[in-house]
Amino acid sequence: MNARCAFLLAGLLFAGAASAGDAEHVAASRGWIRVMPGALPAGGYVVLENHGDHAVSLRSASSPAYADVMLHKSSTDTGMGRMESVDALPIPAHGKAALSPGGYHLMLMKAAAPVKVGDKVRVTLRFADGSTLDTEFEAKPANTVDGGEMPEMHHH
Amino acid sequence: MKPRRLVRSLFLLPLLLAALLLAGCQRGDELPWKLTNVTGHMPDLDFKLVDDQGKPVTGADYRGKVVLLYFGYTHCPDVCPLTLAQLHVVMQRLGPLADGARILFVSVDPARDTPDVMHAYVNAFDPRAVGLSGEPRALEALSKRYRSAYTREPDKADGQYEVSHSSAIYLFDRDGKARLLSTAADAQDDLVHDLHLLLDPGAKP
Repeated sequence: MNARCAFLLAGLLFAGAASAGDAEHVAASRGWIRVMPGALPAGGYVVLENHGDHAVSLRSASSPAYADVMLHKSSTDTGMGRMESVDALPIPAHGKAALSPGGYHLMLMKAAAPVKVGDKVRVTLRFADGSTLDTEFEAKPANTVDGGEMPEMHHH
Repeated sequence: MKPRRLVRSLFLLPLLLAALLLAGCQRGDELPWKLTNVTGHMPDLDFKLVDDQGKPVTGADYRGKVVLLYFGYTHCPDVCPLTLAQLHVVMQRLGPLADGARILFVSVDPARDTPDVMHAYVNAFDPRAVGLSGEPRALEALSKRYRSAYTREPDKADGQYEVSHSSAIYLFDRDGKARLLSTAADAQDDLVHDLHLLLDPGAKP
């Protein structure tokens, strides 16, 4: 809880005071993590929108909740399920790129503490130009098909 | 007159039965499958593995159930969970019929996938999923039996590794006969449609 408060505070302090290192033209939305049992690696997904006039390239990511985060791509070409590390995910100018199940994704490994469904996990995305973007991913159940879908109407 | 008619009826009875049987078989062949029909082209379900409760099991233990066989491993963070999440949705769409089906998730990573790990993993997806692991030789035998393939990729710096594996789902009927093959390219509706036919051949999906 203390760590979360510290994060919130830090967020408030730095909000609006965008330093040169922030990726100003990239917006992240619908970030989520597929929570797996035990210490198994989890997949992370997010939609990235580039509002700028120049293409940007996602190079890496990190999170205080995981010791190791890698940018990966899955494929099922030729009927074989494969996974490979990728160096970059390009996002065209005024375009979109999605990390989604079965394609590009983050592989989050070695959780510092068990991540539970409903947790909000901070993930920092790093781009080729050195800029960064702090985002929040929501932890969702293992059997979520596409956590990036718009949530259904909830009646409280 | 009456006895003669009876005799004639008795004589006709086997013919009638044969006709009914033929009609039955023909209807079986004509089922409007949407997935790839492999009936008669792949061997019956057979293996000697260990389930996620640690109990030795064979293919015969799943006779009476429609089986969805899928190869994967628990350290697979993307494609395997996606496939199992999609199969969970398929099972939900089948409603009560799904109780007649089992998802058999077979590990291609025997070094890391113990029954305990498999148990936690499959139960995170669907109550009708069973995690099967076992001796490397037994897993190889099952994989070869269905012309499936898997390769352990080179270890990374931290000792972790990935396993590339066939992504197809093999469907078996209640008698353990291989019937259909589903790939990532197939629509979920088609899988639901064909499972309806396998689980309840009398009903229209």
